[in-house]
Parts: sequence; structure tokens; C-alpha cells
Amino acid sequence: MRRTVGALLRKELLVELRTLESVPGMSLFAVTTFVVFHFALNRNVVEGDLAAGILWVTLLFAAILGVNRLFVADAEEGGFDGFLLAPVDRSAMLLAKGLTLLLFLLVLELVAVPAFALLLLGPSLGQALPGLLGVLALGDLGVAAIGTLVAALAVRTRARDLLGPLLALPLLVPIVIGGARASSPVLAGAHHAGPSARWMLTLGLYDLVFGLIAYALFDFLLED
Amino acid sequence: MYGKGLRALSIATVAVMTAALALVFFYAPLEAEQGFLQKIFYVHVPLAIVALCGFIAGAIMAIQHLRTRDPSWDMRSYVAIHMSLIFGVGTLITGSIWAKGSWGHWWVWDEPTLVSFLIVFLLYATYQPLRFAIEDPERQARYASVFAITAGAFVPLNFIAVRLSTAYVHPRVLGGTSSLPGPMALTFVVSLIGIALLYATLCKYELTAKHARAQLRALRRRLMGDGATAAPVRRGRSAAPSTLHPAAMMTARMTGKDGL
Repeated sequence: MRRTVGALLRKELLVELRTLESVPGMSLFAVTTFVVFHFALNRNVVEGDLAAGILWVTLLFAAILGVNRLFVADAEEGGFDGFLLAPVDRSAMLLAKGLTLLLFLLVLELVAVPAFALLLLGPSLGQALPGLLGVLALGDLGVAAIGTLVAALAVRTRARDLLGPLLALPLLVPIVIGGARASSPVLAGAHHAGPSARWMLTLGLYDLVFGLIAYALFDFLLED
Repeated sequence: MYGKGLRALSIATVAVMTAALALVFFYAPLEAEQGFLQKIFYVHVPLAIVALCGFIAGAIMAIQHLRTRDPSWDMRSYVAIHMSLIFGVGTLITGSIWAKGSWGHWWVWDEPTLVSFLIVFLLYATYQPLRFAIEDPERQARYASVFAITAGAFVPLNFIAVRLSTAYVHPRVLGGTSSLPGPMALTFVVSLIGIALLYATLCKYELTAKHARAQLRALRRRLMGDGATAAPVRRGRSAAPSTLHPAAMMTARMTGKDGL
């Protein structure tokens, strides 16, 4: 299982490195969205609730770009067939794809969070960063679990570019709620304000439940 | 098989619904603060409860479908979710009317029950587009079941998350029936049973109709052989599963046609 996941993960990263299809697009999209927010809200700096909301909405939409592309190559170039022919556990694909999406999100945030601090955030990023990292990590886990399941569900339908986001957005609403509420005290610029523990716990539980659901249901999506 | 007991169920539904309406208008006392407006609660809350239970029932039937691979479970899951969506529209409309009457706005964001119901409704609104977008009937049924289970698990989780996020002002009735005065509680319970029976009856009607149509299609195909493609049964646009009954499927297979 570990070898299979490793091999699949290596393949995914190699494909991404050679084609550069997802991550650069996602990052560029996030930075552009910050600029759009600046003009749409007519604000030079944001903080607190507003900052958390802008950050999470932007990350979410950028993540959906990645989710939409996650399985496209497998569906079009026969990656599914190749994988199904191999005598390996099918959950390996879920795990590999989920980890791939998680890595994509981490790289996206490496670009998007400093860009956000530079372009829009009022309070300095330095003191917000430790709290923010934890919230982002928990949010990423949930987005990766739900995103992988939804991407697999949508990829072999006729209108996959439309269905993917439509399916993903309502399922991701609780993550936005949790993420934005947990990080808003951190981004408010108050001294030594940590992320709200209650929201971190909610996020963690949501991640866990959807991780299990994705694990239980993914096999059924790979049957033909 | 599907039509059996339909008449008895329909009569029971009409009787209980009539009784419920009579109780609502002539027996239940006027509520002190909200007056007549409060009576919409006897429709709104049962609609919401039945719709949510229907979504969960759809998820359980989808689990059955994935376990047994019996297409009739997929059909039941589809009908349950389809009917719940219709009841969901009713819930949102009656909820908005109530909100306008008691708080002065059509939509109130700081009310977790309404907001989480909307999110659940938006999620389930993608169920039929998802079915439409997959042509292979077997895969359509399988993917729809995966969706139904995911969404069914999402229903309680979402309610917890949204409830945590807001201070609630929603009039609490679920689990608080004991705090209602006797006549109101009685009216509420009768309304709930009435709406639940209505849901069951409508589901049964839809199942029966779908089954009859599939049988008709199979019979016509058998009668006309290959000519059947020249005069297809008019289906209209529907996301419903096209093969639902093992017998109908076998007939279709014998004549060399698939469910499409």
C-alpha cells in the first residue's frame, strides 16, 4: 500500500512538474483575486472578519481550480484503466490524489498568504502566522478529502467543469465557516490572540468525518 | 407489486391531512405573541423534518443499492431525494413567509436552521444535474448513490456547523414539544403524521408510475421487436433511473435493448 501510494504520488508530482498545469494557475488566480477584492471592496487594507473571509474565499476558489483538474488526465489518457489493471488496493489512488491535492494547496498557500499580507492585510503577518498555519493546515486537510471525492465523482460526467464546483461548494461551506471564524481573531491584529479552539475542533472533526466518507465510498467510483 | 396498498395509503393521508388542517384552524389556540401567523409552523416544521428525514432515507437506500447492486434501491433512493427536494422548496417558502411575518425580513442570516437548510438544499439541487450528466445507466446509479450517501452524511454535520456559528433565534420546537401547551403539541403531532403520510403516498405514486412506465416500455418493445425504436415511449426530460426492475431489465435484455 505504501509503495503504491508512493509510486502514484511520484507520478502525480512528475506530471505536474512537467506540465505545470495546476499549481501555477491556482497561485496566479489567488493573487489576481486579491487584486479584484481590492477594487471590488475599495479597501487598501483589511483585517479581522473581512480579512479572514477574503483569504478563505480566495483559497477556496483557487483550490476548486485544482480540484477540477485533479483527475482529468487520468480520465482522458487512460490513467484509470492502467491503475485498475494493476493488482493494488484502490484506496491507494484516493490517498495519492488526496496527498497530491494537499501538496498543491500547501504550495498555493506559500504564494497566496505572503501575497495577501503584502497586498491587503492590515496587521503584520509575523504575529498572525503561527495561529494561521494551524487553521490553514486543518482547512487544507478537509479541502483535500472533499476535493478528491468530488473530483472523482465529477470527472466522468458530461459537464464536469460545471458539476465539480457545484458539488464541492456546498460541501466546503462548513470549512469556510470553521476556517474563517477560527482565523479572524488571529487576523484582527490583537496581541497574542490564538485561533479559536472551538472552531479548530469543529474543523478537525469535519476533516475526520469526510476523510472516512471519502475512504468508504471512493472504491465505488472506480469500478469500470 | 408497487401499486399494492396505494389506495389505503391515499385514503389515510387524506383523512389525517384533513384532521390536521381542522385541528390547526379550529382547535389549536392562537399563540400569544405571533397570533395567527404562528399557525404556519404546523406546516413549515413538519415539511422540514420530513424533507430532512427523506434525504437521510435516500442515503440509507443508496447504501442498500451499493451493497446489493439491486437497481430498485437506486430507484427508491432517487424517488426519496426527488420528493424531499420538492418538500424542501415548500419548507424554504413557508419559512420565508414566517420570517417575513415575525422578524420583518424574507431572509434572516442569523438563524442557523434556515441557513443550514438552504445549504443542504443547494447541495441536493445538484443531484439531478449529476444524474443527467452520466449516460451509462449502471454508472449513473452508482455515482448517484455515492453522492446520496455523502450528502446524507453532510445533512447532520452541516446543521452542527451552522448552529455553532450563530446565536440561535429560531423558535425551538424539535425536542421541545413538551414545552408546547397540550392542544398545540397534539396539533403539531397530527400535522407531522399527516405530512409524513403525504410524503410516503407521493413517493409510492411516483414509484408505481415509474414502474408501470418501465413495464409498458418493455412490453411494447417485446410486441414490436426492433420497430420499437421507431415509436419510443415519450419520456420527457427526467433524471430518473431508466432501469428499475429486474424483470423489466431482463425483458429489455432479452430483446437486445438496453434501458435507454
